[in-house]
Amino acid sequence: MMEDIGMGVLETKISRRGFMAGVGGLTFAFTLGGGLLGRASEVFAAPEGAKLNTWVTIGADDTVTVMVPVAEMGQGVLTALPLILAEELDADWSKVKMEYAPPIPKLYGNRHPLFNGAMLTAASVSVPGYYMPLRMAGAQARRVLLDNVARQWGVPVGELTTEPSVVVHAKSGRRISYGEVAKFATVPAVPPKIADAELKKPSQFRLIGRADIKRVDVPSKVNGTAKYGIDAQVPGMVYAAVFESPMDGAKPDKVNVPDVMKIKGVTRVIPLPFGVAVFGDTVEATRAGRNALQVTWDTSGATAAGFDSEKAVAEYARHGRDPNAKAMEWFRKGDAPKALAGAARVMEAEYSSEHCYHAQMEPMNCIAKVAPDGQSAEVWTGTQSNFLAALVASNVLKTTPDKIRVHQHLLGGGYGRRIAPDAVAQAVVLSNITKLPVKLMLTREDDLAAARPRPMTYHILKAGLDGNGKLVGWHHRMVAENVDALAAPPRFKATGGKDIIGWRGLEQPFYGVPNMLAEGVREIRGMRVHPWRGIGSGYTKFAAESFLDEIAYASGVDPLILRLELTRDHPRAQAVIKAAAEMAQWNLPRSGRGLGIAFSDYHDSFSAGVAEVSVDRKTGKIKVHNYWVAVDPGLVIQPENVHAQTESAVVYGLSAALLEELTIKNGAVQARNFNDYPVLRMADLPEIHTRIVASDAAPTGMGELGVPAVAPAIGNAVFQLTGKRLRSLPMSPERVKQALA
Amino acid sequence: MSVALTVNGKAVQVEAEPDTPLLWVIREHLKLTGTKFGCGIAQCGACTVHIDGAATRSCVTPVSAVVGKTVVTIEALSPDSTHPLQKAWIAEQVPQCGYCQSGQIMQAAALLAKNPRPSRDEIVAHMNGNICRCGTYPRIVRAIQRAAREG
Repeated sequence: MMEDIGMGVLETKISRRGFMAGVGGLTFAFTLGGGLLGRASEVFAAPEGAKLNTWVTIGADDTVTVMVPVAEMGQGVLTALPLILAEELDADWSKVKMEYAPPIPKLYGNRHPLFNGAMLTAASVSVPGYYMPLRMAGAQARRVLLDNVARQWGVPVGELTTEPSVVVHAKSGRRISYGEVAKFATVPAVPPKIADAELKKPSQFRLIGRADIKRVDVPSKVNGTAKYGIDAQVPGMVYAAVFESPMDGAKPDKVNVPDVMKIKGVTRVIPLPFGVAVFGDTVEATRAGRNALQVTWDTSGATAAGFDSEKAVAEYARHGRDPNAKAMEWFRKGDAPKALAGAARVMEAEYSSEHCYHAQMEPMNCIAKVAPDGQSAEVWTGTQSNFLAALVASNVLKTTPDKIRVHQHLLGGGYGRRIAPDAVAQAVVLSNITKLPVKLMLTREDDLAAARPRPMTYHILKAGLDGNGKLVGWHHRMVAENVDALAAPPRFKATGGKDIIGWRGLEQPFYGVPNMLAEGVREIRGMRVHPWRGIGSGYTKFAAESFLDEIAYASGVDPLILRLELTRDHPRAQAVIKAAAEMAQWNLPRSGRGLGIAFSDYHDSFSAGVAEVSVDRKTGKIKVHNYWVAVDPGLVIQPENVHAQTESAVVYGLSAALLEELTIKNGAVQARNFNDYPVLRMADLPEIHTRIVASDAAPTGMGELGVPAVAPAIGNAVFQLTGKRLRSLPMSPERVKQALA
Repeated sequence: MSVALTVNGKAVQVEAEPDTPLLWVIREHLKLTGTKFGCGIAQCGACTVHIDGAATRSCVTPVSAVVGKTVVTIEALSPDSTHPLQKAWIAEQVPQCGYCQSGQIMQAAALLAKNPRPSRDEIVAHMNGNICRCGTYPRIVRAIQRAAREG
């Protein structure tokens, strides 16, 4: 039982009145009498056991409270997920409120095949994974309301209909609001069964797909009232900074503790396995203390200690070229080695990409308040997985996740970084030492030192063409550290070492090449590689789509035509390619500028992009003038947000394509702040033109879809303009100059 | 030591060392958390406030430097969130994660105060020091243009 929130009392009231019912897959609860149950998230933070599915609460005041099981990091889920439930409930959208669901995967996990019930905000699968459960929950709730009204009024349920948040009996002209129904409603022990066919048809949607419904979190984000983890304050809290270890396994060796203790307001300096903590009465004292720290690190236990990213590129290349490399198969169609051996012409090319930093604008932070007995804790933070946060906190305290209360906040950028619960674990350690509430805030410098980067990669590609120049064999081998090994160890083990995150995009299900093989070669260098917006597709598509362009030019086929031919059996893939080319007026020659095209699927969504570039040959700087992008994410919940997410992903992709490079020396990140880890600014923004290609397919996700095509489209455009192929990310001025020389 | 300041029209006394960055005084002492920490070295603009009307990076401004001056944060840009930029930011659905947007809006407000009809190039030049990692730049430009147009 958790402290401070009166769970015992609430729980007793709930069960005595019998407001909740177990309903197999899906249940919901009504708040009768209004306000009795308090905040829904507190009510449902009960220990697991009761088989509940508690998505929606209706108050006597007509308020519809929908539980949101994922984090809001800018992708719009605080709006999109409640909207889906409200659609089938036929709720008045102005009456809908949101609550964060507590970290109980059994109730609130994402059933998407990628997650298999895990409670996590990642991979662009919040809408895809929760779409049907939320529709069902909404439809069931509506049916229960109708049944209750039918009983109350003595009319056949078939004569009742709903208008937004009102039950209507047209025959008698009677109307009753959902809130009024909630006052007398009883929830059946066995929930009504709703067949898929009884759900609304898209043509009946009142809410889904409407461009005029705005995001609910936006007003709070223009006046300073939006609350992020870093904004939390707790009575009695002290501040802490951590001078982060430069790599996993590096421990503080010599620390100038006495010097730092002299700084006014610094109360403690404690070397710990993950760095050196400075406690203080004020944030400024901890910052001054952290900046005064001088630490030498014992790296004898650190795998990354000797890692140098500039030198490692050649090593990765050698490992990839080695015919005896231990390569693990990821995707196979036909017999690629045989096709290559028998090809009239074989092409080969190598590509590479550097580590990238998430650079989320809100540095990592967390407040932890460990109970005096060290057996439970509360944490205040913004996390992509409140369950993982609870789990890691409970591991620190050697207790169970139900003893941890996570106060979820908005995320000042996630992009994958806030999956890792490192700040939560550290804050819990610090609070457990002091038994005080501790607010840990990393400096930007420490956030960079503790980077969880996109891995560095090396790609070796081979293609076989037959006598007619037709592509008949494809072999893509990638060398990299494995993200799944760190981010999803149980899954990594279960798949025998497949990197589902890091190898994403090596597969080519939509190109009609008869013989294809894609495989991964593992490096173990001790870097803390992690999911990064677009995951593997950010670099696999750079390599594959650039190489495909090489093939097109070598075989004298227009790169657009080649892609259209290869996707001839996949109309949705072909449609986005056609749309992007049409938007860009692909065949229109333009002087001094090059055009390049690329296609990428991403977790069953489709996108294609066309970049229009010029190159300053003196400086090597690429200027992207226009970027046209077409996306098909299946059914669109919020069209305006799909455009916004696409623009956002394109900017993220541009930044990685042109600028981002996290250099590592002796295992440590070299960049210290935004002055030496530049990200895209407004001056380098192209005109971004977005188009949604309509589709009634189930929604397949949106937040990352726009990233992967950007880099290859730019590289391909540079080739069209200059005849020089850029084979390394980022396509920085230095690299461009080298290529043009 | 005790420092006397005027923040959002109110005279306040805070206990802080004179070299304390104004950002921490605003956020942690005065609990006005709309102003954000991003980098600490004036590279990202998340901490932008107005000092005597000028857009200023509070993370590198010692509190002693603003004694006797007028500090305005996002919370007091308008009494009821109806500054033309705030309305335009909602109309254009600018924010995503939203973390940088207080700084973006304060930066933009200083521009419109002295140049009510900025060109696109003037907007870009003025806003280039503010990073938005969600890449809302196209919408920021459109929102500033809308605010300039609609007032």
